[in-house]
Amino acid sequence: MPDQDQTTTHADAARHSPLHAVHESLGASFTDFAGWQMPVRYTSDLAEHKAVREAAGIFDISHMAEFTVTGASAGEFLDFALAGRLSAVAVGRAKYSLLLTESGGVIDDVIVYRLKNSEYLIISNAGNRDAVSAALSARTSRFDVSVSDVSDDYALIAVQGPQAEAILAGTREIRELSVPWDEQKYFAWAAARFGSSALLLARTGYTGEDGFELLVKTNEAAALWSAVSATGESLGLVPAGLAARDSLRLEAGMPLYGHELSRELKPAQAGLGRVVVAAKEAFVGKDAVEPDEGAHVLVGLVSDGRRAGRTGYPVLSGDSEVGAVTSGILSPTLGHPIALALVAPDVAETGTELDIEVRGKRIAATVTTLPFYSRKK
Amino acid sequence: MTETSALSYTEEHEWLNIDGSSVTVGITDYAAEKLGDVVFVELPDVGDEVEAGTVVGEIESTKSVGELFAPVTGTITAINDAVVDDPSLVNSSPYGDGWMLTIEVPELPAGLLDADAYAKLVSE
Repeated sequence: MPDQDQTTTHADAARHSPLHAVHESLGASFTDFAGWQMPVRYTSDLAEHKAVREAAGIFDISHMAEFTVTGASAGEFLDFALAGRLSAVAVGRAKYSLLLTESGGVIDDVIVYRLKNSEYLIISNAGNRDAVSAALSARTSRFDVSVSDVSDDYALIAVQGPQAEAILAGTREIRELSVPWDEQKYFAWAAARFGSSALLLARTGYTGEDGFELLVKTNEAAALWSAVSATGESLGLVPAGLAARDSLRLEAGMPLYGHELSRELKPAQAGLGRVVVAAKEAFVGKDAVEPDEGAHVLVGLVSDGRRAGRTGYPVLSGDSEVGAVTSGILSPTLGHPIALALVAPDVAETGTELDIEVRGKRIAATVTTLPFYSRKK
Repeated sequence: MTETSALSYTEEHEWLNIDGSSVTVGITDYAAEKLGDVVFVELPDVGDEVEAGTVVGEIESTKSVGELFAPVTGTITAINDAVVDDPSLVNSSPYGDGWMLTIEVPELPAGLLDADAYAKLVSE
């Protein structure tokens, strides 16, 4: 699931998740995230990260935005409004896609779920809620379709890690599944019920692990969190904050809006050229989607030692500055520094030796293939 | 482990244990918690002359980079190699095994905070 850490344009006071009281009772530290006060950690970033790799973590991602797209030409509308061919997504499945500007830059990265023949659900980044809403609405005119921002009606809870399926399957309060647990595929969803509400179980995530994202009405969120937590405790489930979410997604090589994606960057620069179906007859951004000659491209960099390149740090080839780090960390799972960086295309080949300038010192870095970490299947 | 009530503090969230002209320095539990899990510590060399208010080290966590300031002017007489080898000591024992360095000082600066004043600072 995409994420974002830009500041919001909403000038009002920080927003609270429907799970805020739950986080407070768990002793969470909070951080401002796109205008929301969200848990950054409960105990330790590293312990929460490790739990997701080895057992499971439960995340509150209710700050993310949800839209429904309904109408006879919903599929055709999304083919025009987004970079992918969403009309070809089967009911019950999901697809990662991009919302582009007319000039081919990225307004947001989204996951689109086909709920029915004529109904889709889009999940977007919290900080881009208004931009996504405006862009989708502005593109509806030629289509028999209606777009609704339903973000305030729903909470979103992610359960990620190798034990995620066992934990959710063991949560008896989740019932009336439309698809049995052992038939739920990656990038697909199932309908279920929790309490008096419908629950959508999507086998998607943003950690590089198996896992689910659970969309539920806000008034059921605390009860769902509690039921899943109670079941998961004996299987190693821990509450996990945004710090762990960021280190997990970075190891998995997943882009974060505002770091690896922006309106100034074409999808192919971020390694997302495959997400764009250029063969479509018409879609917003089509004529401008190819990057300029020599445009910087996203690469993975690995280093030795413990000192990590961070967002904005220069990348050097010899004495020339050839790019900058977009996200970097000492990888908790791999034990060495990793970074994503936008660099000139002539130094982007795997194996190229570069340097990262870390606060006046140089650390050697090698271009590597992404992801840095992938789970054993 | 030192009684934190007997320590002096700076506004940069460092604690000082003053023993005559020898000052041992670490960061407070408040600072350690704000940083998150510390994964890298760089300290100056023994024998380095340091000036109060200048950056003498780095404390890097999973999420951010913090700087260690020299709270006093003097000469480094000891550094804690254990915390370089195992930076998690900063989180698990900020006032004990997670100490950073010792500075020999000709004179103590004015303006250090006592425990009550520091507690007031971080509660604001």
